[in-house]
Amino acid sequence: MSAVFEQIFQVGFLAAIIRIATPLAFATLGEMFSERAGVLNLGIEGIMLLSAMAGFTAASLSGSLWLGVLAAVLTGALMGALHALFTVALGLSQHVCGIGVTLFCSGLAYFLYRLIFGQQSVPPSIDGFKPVPIPLLSNIPVLGPAVFNQFALVYLAVVAVPLAAFVLYRTPWGLSVRMVGENPRAADSAGVSVIATRFQAVILGGALMGLAGAFLTMAQFNAFTFGVVSGRGWVAIALVVFGRWDPWRSAGAALLFAFVDALQLRMQASGLGHIPYEAFLMLPFIFTIVAMAFMSRNAVAPSALLKPFRREER
Amino acid sequence: MSAPLIEMRGITKSFGAVKANEAVDLSVAPGEILGLLGENGAGKTTLMNVLFGAYAPDAGEILVEGRPVAIHNSADALAAGIGMVHQHFHLAPRLTVLENLLIGIPGKSGRIDRAGGLARLKEIGRQHGLSLDPNLPVSALSVGEQQRLEIIKALFRGARLLILDEPTAVLAPSEVDGLFAALRSMAAQGLGIIFISHKLNEVRALTHRCVVLRLGKVAGRVDQPAQTTSAEMAKLMCGHEIVPPTREASTPGASVLALDNISTSGHAGTPLRDVSLSVRSGEILGIAGVSGNGQRALADVISGMLAPRAGAMTIAGKAVEQFSPRELQALGLGRIPEDRMTTGLVTNLPLADSMVLPRIGTEAFSRKGLLNPGAIRAFAEAQIRAYDIRCPGPMTRAGALSGGNLQKALLARELAFDPKVLIVSQPTRGLDIGAARFIHEKFLAMRARGCGIIVIGEDLEELLMLSDRIAVMYEGRIAGTVSGADATVARLGLMMTGAEGHA
Repeated sequence: MSAVFEQIFQVGFLAAIIRIATPLAFATLGEMFSERAGVLNLGIEGIMLLSAMAGFTAASLSGSLWLGVLAAVLTGALMGALHALFTVALGLSQHVCGIGVTLFCSGLAYFLYRLIFGQQSVPPSIDGFKPVPIPLLSNIPVLGPAVFNQFALVYLAVVAVPLAAFVLYRTPWGLSVRMVGENPRAADSAGVSVIATRFQAVILGGALMGLAGAFLTMAQFNAFTFGVVSGRGWVAIALVVFGRWDPWRSAGAALLFAFVDALQLRMQASGLGHIPYEAFLMLPFIFTIVAMAFMSRNAVAPSALLKPFRREER
Repeated sequence: MSAPLIEMRGITKSFGAVKANEAVDLSVAPGEILGLLGENGAGKTTLMNVLFGAYAPDAGEILVEGRPVAIHNSADALAAGIGMVHQHFHLAPRLTVLENLLIGIPGKSGRIDRAGGLARLKEIGRQHGLSLDPNLPVSALSVGEQQRLEIIKALFRGARLLILDEPTAVLAPSEVDGLFAALRSMAAQGLGIIFISHKLNEVRALTHRCVVLRLGKVAGRVDQPAQTTSAEMAKLMCGHEIVPPTREASTPGASVLALDNISTSGHAGTPLRDVSLSVRSGEILGIAGVSGNGQRALADVISGMLAPRAGAMTIAGKAVEQFSPRELQALGLGRIPEDRMTTGLVTNLPLADSMVLPRIGTEAFSRKGLLNPGAIRAFAEAQIRAYDIRCPGPMTRAGALSGGNLQKALLARELAFDPKVLIVSQPTRGLDIGAARFIHEKFLAMRARGCGIIVIGEDLEELLMLSDRIAVMYEGRIAGTVSGADATVARLGLMMTGAEGHA
């Protein structure tokens, strides 16, 4: 048994956690901004997929990875704007529109991918991001190679969490976002445009989801497959609840999920092979459900979540 | 008097065919408290929404210190120095006091300007004697404190004119005094105040001048409210004399409802502690108290929605064994819940369905487990006629009716089955004088027919007018009971604070 543990807990394990957590952290922050403003974005799964495709395509055609990232972010922001158009400007059901956006984005991603790359026996791949060691810090034993020898996008995620917290809690715009998510009428009577603030938050959220998608196809897998997102968007929605709509806690939730996911990957590869690998695959999701059930019972969603704002209605 | 702070000239605003405001003129001078009186639907709120930029007027202009201004949204109104304290507070409960103040205020070098906000808050505290802990979440504030926060919020944004929409509706009598003192002090410092209300005694006590609206038009102006009688003002508001309903002497009969040492637990709100009271046939018992002192638990126990932890209850001499609304209804209890919209009826279903809801499974409205739509409709139609419920018909969505008509429908639904005892909470809250009077008359008629009625209320004037006896609740107990003849607002107010143990 100890051999199994040794095999599991090594430097690579820590690095794997960080790598798995990165797209989840971006996606979770994106969903959190949207929900803090009162808009549930169930389009996340599709937005991540379409952005992953757009980023991969742009990088593949232009040869520039950063141009790919830009394409993914813009795609995410655009799809965020589409969701906001339906749910904020038109005040339609957030559930229905979110699922619609996911279906639309997924379909569009498959369609465009086939259109551009055709049907190939081996999926085309790109030369993705390479780990960038940070001088000195990467020399720290164990922690160094795991945390400070990562992709640039990982570092971006590390910066994004405190930045998101700063924006949400310390800037006037962040206060407006929290206010329109709690009591839009209060924000409106204080001269804050509820519609504009919600649009901005959902678009920012979409852009972050785009980053999550970019990471998957340009750093993690370096190729686009139809299963590249495989439920990470849905997981992010649960992580937002688990993280109680707070950037720090949400990032923590992403790390915790990543830990369980990395663990199950190792367990699959370890000597526990007589157990069907599907059983391990389930672990992180079972963990999510159990954690949600026990830890999130008292979590209180933003009061105005799911509620469209119409000014002349009272 | 100096030039008016705000002047509204010829304001007209229509919604479809309804003229909510028609050629309304109004002005407020610095240091003046203007009362804006009117029944529900008279156009007070519409007028103020025009002033605050929520609605664009069809005609008319608004002048601030003599200059015409265009107000398209609340930001414009705030910039013009107009602040509004809405009837339903515009606060985010989970954000702090300071955060609620700083919303919409530009930051300092990209950050929220906390230090500037705290300084400003202190200054307002010094100037007007209004203070609050800036770091408390709003959810931790009492209703009175939340209202204070709304006032501070308006001053924080530099309001020189403050509009208060029915500010006393949510306050206890002692809090009303505090509010009035603050408003007088603000006026003394040169602020203009518009005080919207339909409570005549308050308008007479506070305002310097008042404008009365009826059906969207100015029905009259009163220059010296303190010297004008409530009856005169009521006549302006309604367009006809309001005669208070006559209360015949009645001899109460046998006890129809008795609570014996009832205690509750595990209930949202204040639990009951050893509550004993009784109502006799032909008697109205008023329950006074500052909201949140156990009235909710009392109403829930009496209507069968909450089983007490200890104690016993009898209805018409029969002990209640099982606390369920149906059981108690079978014993002869009728109830009109406090919140028409959430526990009273189903707003998205036809009115007729809501009117038979408590008795939907009985012989009268169903046969062999199937609804009898004909009987339901006929019942609803009969009640709509009998109670003059204004609606297109029994199949109208219940939520589309006005508050007064909904309350009539709820009353009709209970009274049709001739209850032995009736429990009502806040029976006329939000209703205008005409509708309220109709409800009062029905209660008195039921009393004359031998029904025992419990009225839980916060409006002391109403309780004094209706009740044969008034019990005051304080922290889940009955703090004392006084006969209607001996009760005064002052005495009840004192008992409500727990100051007077018994009487």
